[in-house]
Amino acid sequence: MNLTLKIWRQKDASSKGQMVDYKVTEISEHMSFLEMMDVLNEQLVNSDEEPVAFDHDCREGICGMCSMYINGEAHGPDRGVTTCQLHMRMFKDGDTITIEPFRAAAFPVIKDLVVDRSSFDRIQHAGGYISVNTSGNTQDANSIPISKHAADTAMDAATCIGCGACVATCKNSSAMLFVGAKVSQYALLPQGQVEAADRVRNMVAQMDLEGFGNCTNTGACEVECPKGISLENIARMNRELMKASV
Amino acid sequence: MALNSKVPKGPIKDKWTDYKNHINLVNPANKRHIDVIVVGTGLAGGSASATLAELGYNVKAFAYQDSPRRAHSIAAQGGINAAKNYQGDGDSTYRLFYDTVKGGDYRSREANVYRLAEVSANIIDQCVAQGVPFARDYGGLLDNRSFGGVLVSRTFYAKGQTGQQLLLGAYSAMNRQIARGKIEMFNRHEMLDVVVVDGKARGIIARDLITGEIERHAAHAVVIASGGYGNVYFLSTNAMGSNVTASWKIHKKGAYFANPCYTQIHPTCIPRSGDYQSKLTLMSESLRNDGRIWVPKKMEDVMAIREGRKKPTDLSEEERDYYLERRYPAFGNLVPRDVASRAAKERCDAGFGVNATGEAVYLDFKSAITRYGKEQAKIHNIENASDAKIYELGQKIVEAKYGNLFQMYEKIVDQDPYKTPMMIYPAVHYTMGGIWVDYNLMTTIPGCYAIGEANFSDHGANRLGASALMQGLADGYFVLPYTIGDYLANDIRTGKISTETPEFEAAEKEVSERINFFVNNKGTKSVDYFHKKLGKVMWDKAGMSRNGTGLKEAMEEIKAIREEFWKEVSVPGTASEMNPELEKAGRVADFLELGELFAKDALMREESCGGHFREESAELDGPQKGEAKRDDENFAFVAAWEYKGEPADAVLHKEELEFNDIELKQRSYK
Repeated sequence: MNLTLKIWRQKDASSKGQMVDYKVTEISEHMSFLEMMDVLNEQLVNSDEEPVAFDHDCREGICGMCSMYINGEAHGPDRGVTTCQLHMRMFKDGDTITIEPFRAAAFPVIKDLVVDRSSFDRIQHAGGYISVNTSGNTQDANSIPISKHAADTAMDAATCIGCGACVATCKNSSAMLFVGAKVSQYALLPQGQVEAADRVRNMVAQMDLEGFGNCTNTGACEVECPKGISLENIARMNRELMKASV
Repeated sequence: MALNSKVPKGPIKDKWTDYKNHINLVNPANKRHIDVIVVGTGLAGGSASATLAELGYNVKAFAYQDSPRRAHSIAAQGGINAAKNYQGDGDSTYRLFYDTVKGGDYRSREANVYRLAEVSANIIDQCVAQGVPFARDYGGLLDNRSFGGVLVSRTFYAKGQTGQQLLLGAYSAMNRQIARGKIEMFNRHEMLDVVVVDGKARGIIARDLITGEIERHAAHAVVIASGGYGNVYFLSTNAMGSNVTASWKIHKKGAYFANPCYTQIHPTCIPRSGDYQSKLTLMSESLRNDGRIWVPKKMEDVMAIREGRKKPTDLSEEERDYYLERRYPAFGNLVPRDVASRAAKERCDAGFGVNATGEAVYLDFKSAITRYGKEQAKIHNIENASDAKIYELGQKIVEAKYGNLFQMYEKIVDQDPYKTPMMIYPAVHYTMGGIWVDYNLMTTIPGCYAIGEANFSDHGANRLGASALMQGLADGYFVLPYTIGDYLANDIRTGKISTETPEFEAAEKEVSERINFFVNNKGTKSVDYFHKKLGKVMWDKAGMSRNGTGLKEAMEEIKAIREEFWKEVSVPGTASEMNPELEKAGRVADFLELGELFAKDALMREESCGGHFREESAELDGPQKGEAKRDDENFAFVAAWEYKGEPADAVLHKEELEFNDIELKQRSYK
């Protein structure tokens, strides 16, 4: 395949960015999208130009590092995948592909397609954990049975990879799917109950402080989430917050 | 320097307890005055950071990613072992210890492995308390599954995302300490050297990967938890950024590098599809619980499949060669990774590979789906269920167990593994070699520790499945936090370590000069060009099977690539900005040195052990004909290499391995 790429280039956080056109040729449909980007970068390095900076690491859909906005969609046109799992068979010879960084005030651009998602970490610092001493002496793991349904539902929420597609795709740049998933995981397990009220209050407060918008139930986040995290988690977070507030 | 493993005296089951009873402790008020640097925040580094902070030390943690949550431990799929014996199927601490030592082909340190088995049960308790949603059965108790190389079900799991959940557990524990101010987190930072003052590790030089700034960080001790070096092969299942730099830098400053040639080739990965490939994707070994591995019996069927004239599902049971079940009836598809990998290569080398490149075998779920389907039909009282109904019911069970893995496969290969067997092939996965450490997990540099995949001690020449997560968390939560106190107890009067010393000055200067060299070199070839070239030599000559001639050639060739690299490498951009090419250049420079030491180590080890098949050392006859031949008389030692400049000049130190509680036997899985 031969493709035209329109890519957002931005030197650093304080510089003005712009779209730049590039051509790539002989792209195999079996390549992943990031391997196609490798081809482009190899081409740029060989002509002594600066390659396009983009975040990526595990390349198997689990680390949550890759974060491109492709043809107007977070992680591109395929459903239920991260950018590293997107394959070129989703595109056609001669296509023009627009590639931008995730856009949100709480995700400032660092360089080209790389954005700063440390706001997610700060929300976790505010309470995304169970306060248990890590140096041993915890009770036997089977001493508190957990129903299979609760464990499975907690697991569904816990599969969030923190990639930020929910924020990038939301017209309000809301982080509620992410925060809802984290709150839900602990809300569903007996171990998380003791500090549940503080947890949800603190995490939501931090989320607001970071400049994420509110949820208006559009559901775009759920559609774009590579891990299929459901809107139910937002509802559960709201219920938890309500419980904590009365 | 003579190696002293500091393994405590006494019966193996009491060693760790006795040792803990006699170790030096640091009083809680003094811990506040002690700083510890942890490099890497995966399972080992993350759990160590959280626990050291919990104990009261001031921790500075470093990660090259933007968040500790992205460390490559997150990609581990199948599970974590623990000798809980919840299933009542005969498991015990001793049995986990035994399986691990045997699985590692008797090349690990007995005392460390016993300790690992001993603390394994605590790990599960700890993680459950932290909110890790392990799989449960309908009674609300923890579920288990089985993994290669063992005969019990001791593996705890969270779907196919166990590594993710355990890492997020450690990450959440870190978050709690970050919020308390006990961990200072340095994301997007890379350690580029260790600083040694008066013979002790006292800090590191790091680069801020956003601004390019070179920073000095001091501490009373330095912990390396930077993972493995499988990316020396270019293609591996490791994350793209996984590198050897932290380990290699401390090696150059005096830490011995142990068994560098011990690299696990994992049997169940998605085969390579072309030259552009950037990495390989692993399919959890747990799939072998339900998947049967086969290739066609007849060459004409192989050709028909390759040419698309036949589909694998067209072949009857009789036309298939379930070669693992045939060769290893006791363990069948659940033989250890090294055995499964070699057997797949043997079939493919004999011409029976089923994809276009001839490098793939089938992993087939048809029997499992049918078996589960029939069981479900009974449970739901469905009489005379049709084949389609049985299939549908069975598919649901398989989906619940491995759904995310099947989805991942389908996205990459564009085939539905519920309908047609998966194609798999071995790929470079995990490095059992690493920095040499004593029983305290301290390297040969006083005050410098290595934990998790970065050290060498627990897996021998082959790692059994579900034991990497176990070791990372055992080291981080339960071992290092004790042993480091023994060392730090002598440091309570030292006071703050200054970064304004000639040692820091010199280390920073060296780091800066190297970076400036890269951005000013203006060569003609990209970093990846050299990395791929290195990877090819490694795979061809120091891969799944090796011989003396090939390894000697590999050493020469790697040296030549290294020389060309330093002349011709091209790194665009500047040093004072985010520059991924510059980051890669530094890492590949280190791989180019490690690669040669790797080949040298493999050349010295004239035996086959674990996944390391030395062609000159195979069983020629008897029931084990064709299997790898270990040589206990001459090679029951750890090879610890001392840096002397050029990798070819490295000096070998031997730690003789003592087996008092396990008899060294030929490994048989038949």
